[in-house]
Amino acid sequence: MSQGEWRLRPPRNTLDRRAIAWWRTQWLLWAAGPVFTLGLLGALIAPARFWLLGPAALLAVLGLTCAALIPRWWYAVHRWEVTDEAVYVRTGFFRQEWRIAPMSRIQTVDTVRGPLEQMFKLSSVTVTTASAKGAVRMKGLPHEQASQLAEQLTRITQATPGDAT
Amino acid sequence: MSEPAPPSAESTAEVPESGPDKGAYGAPEEGWRSLDRRTLLVTAVVTAGVVLGAGVPTAVGMAGGGMPLGEVLAWLLAGAGLVIGAGTGGDYVRWRRTRYRVGPERAELHTGLFLLKRRSLARERIRSVDLTANVLLRILGLVKVRIGTGEQTGGESTLELDPVTRAEGERLRRELLARATEEAGAYGEGALAAFDRKWIRYAPLSFLAPVLGASAVGGVLQVSEWFGAQSRLFDWLGDFFRATTVLGGSLILLAGMGLAGAVGALGLWVEMWWNYRLEREAGGTLRVRRGLLTSRSVSIEERRLRGVEVVEPLGVRMVGAARVDAVATGLAHEDEDERTEAKALLPAAPRTLADTVAARVLREPVSPTRGATLIPHPRAARGRRLRWALGYALAPVAVLTVLGLLLTDVLLYVAAAGAVVLLPVAVLLALDAYRNLGHGLSGRYLVTRSGTLARTTVALQRGGVIGWRVRQSVFQRRAGLLTLTATTAAGSGGYSVHDAAEGEGLAFAESAVPGLLAPFLVRSGTRSRPYG
Repeated sequence: MSQGEWRLRPPRNTLDRRAIAWWRTQWLLWAAGPVFTLGLLGALIAPARFWLLGPAALLAVLGLTCAALIPRWWYAVHRWEVTDEAVYVRTGFFRQEWRIAPMSRIQTVDTVRGPLEQMFKLSSVTVTTASAKGAVRMKGLPHEQASQLAEQLTRITQATPGDAT
Repeated sequence: MSEPAPPSAESTAEVPESGPDKGAYGAPEEGWRSLDRRTLLVTAVVTAGVVLGAGVPTAVGMAGGGMPLGEVLAWLLAGAGLVIGAGTGGDYVRWRRTRYRVGPERAELHTGLFLLKRRSLARERIRSVDLTANVLLRILGLVKVRIGTGEQTGGESTLELDPVTRAEGERLRRELLARATEEAGAYGEGALAAFDRKWIRYAPLSFLAPVLGASAVGGVLQVSEWFGAQSRLFDWLGDFFRATTVLGGSLILLAGMGLAGAVGALGLWVEMWWNYRLEREAGGTLRVRRGLLTSRSVSIEERRLRGVEVVEPLGVRMVGAARVDAVATGLAHEDEDERTEAKALLPAAPRTLADTVAARVLREPVSPTRGATLIPHPRAARGRRLRWALGYALAPVAVLTVLGLLLTDVLLYVAAAGAVVLLPVAVLLALDAYRNLGHGLSGRYLVTRSGTLARTTVALQRGGVIGWRVRQSVFQRRAGLLTLTATTAAGSGGYSVHDAAEGEGLAFAESAVPGLLAPFLVRSGTRSRPYG
């Protein structure tokens, strides 16, 4: 093998840029709850103020750092691609994962829009096969693209005979 | 279907009179049948058993409390009558309200009093008809029938008929699973494997034995506590250890536990596997029949068979035996236990026989689990296994050492002993785990092997692979390894090749299912950034 080893190439498409903002908001909301609670308690309970406000500050810094850095990184790591034959998705960094589901084996195509995703005009598309371990998820696609994709996938899968097992 | 059934339990219309099964259903109400009436008897007996179990201690308690015996009996009999009556009455209502029908298109079940449940399965989707009969049902000549589809999701796709007569159960099984007989007789119908008493020697070697032994100890402690004799038991144990040495006493106790576990495992094995028989029936159905007291019959359509799994738990492997499980879609799996039961094709038996049975089941001259040349995995995989093993072995030793330094020297000795025992075992297991890794192709099958405590060799039909999942942790990336999972509709949903060499693994996946991975593969001389 003079040419080198086979490798999986990254899927073609990145997510929508808005996904970064979406993830950021998620991180901020996630951190805001405990920070707010701790802060409120700290304001009310004078004797334990240090022990309440300290962690609150720590959490706030942590949350802000995560919100600033991680989404950008996730954006770089998440990629997807749909060809005529298959759906191909890559996720993760510390435990990178590639999933490939052939069109002929796709059973359902779900489009989900959470409340937060709605705000950012994003959708998630989940493609399931007959395998309990074979679901392929694409999060953070723009609305139009997601529905287009779902429609395209549904059309292709309906054209395939058999029960896809 | 011209129109949906009207929403009442009396909807008996729309059964075509000219259905192919017209003759078979001479029953009233156009094919609707009810369960066997003797279910009432079964319920009454079962409830009576429960009442007896609860009633005797209660009676002892009440009599002990100073109540005259006659009064105690009167109370108890009244209570028992009430409970048994209520149970049987409830079952009567269930029996009255439950009806089923097998039409040319669908199998239907209507049941429920307040909440009407109607379930109907398209006959072409029915993949399994399993019969079970416990002792009581067997005496009465009844069976419980479960009709299932190949759906992986939800338990909503099963019809349960509890109970019908054995003849009716057999008829349903034959009729629902009978399909156009293709290639009949190619590899012959009839028995593929039959019960052999000698297999019982593998029963005590299973992992069940120590578990049963430990639970026997738990049981003794529990019972002694009920009778307030626990302190006496501990006194006796103290005397016992004083009479012998600590080491000798422990060994004797361990031997006793082992013996109890072995006896338990033997008993369970006999109940599970007595009268075992694996056969192929006309129409391409595999059927496993077994059980001493509770008889079970599991049918697996060959259409939904995607391969086999040869499993060798450590103890069983050391004496050269193996178990065979089916990798099939839609086996009944309401809970994990039933799934394990349903997929077993052969209990632990000599390895050569296991391979033969696997070959016969797959209609192959040689089982892929034996015939395939497996590619060993890179040495980096061995390093990973050794590191894990050392981690697992050293963690308790480290904890004990720290505690020993802080508290008492005794723990240091325990830690040292632990290290002496655990480290070699861990290293041996790790080396074995590495040696067991392998993957290869054999005809229509993809074969992968892994595991040490239970070595599993899976032969999966390449046509049954419905996708790939490739995983690579940071450590694997540095070592040039990856874990490939072939996803499938059958069995556990995915079968993995652990820690294969990166390039070779991907090439293997591509050659196993040509064309699926190819568009996403590139050759590279240099290692590129993990995301680019």
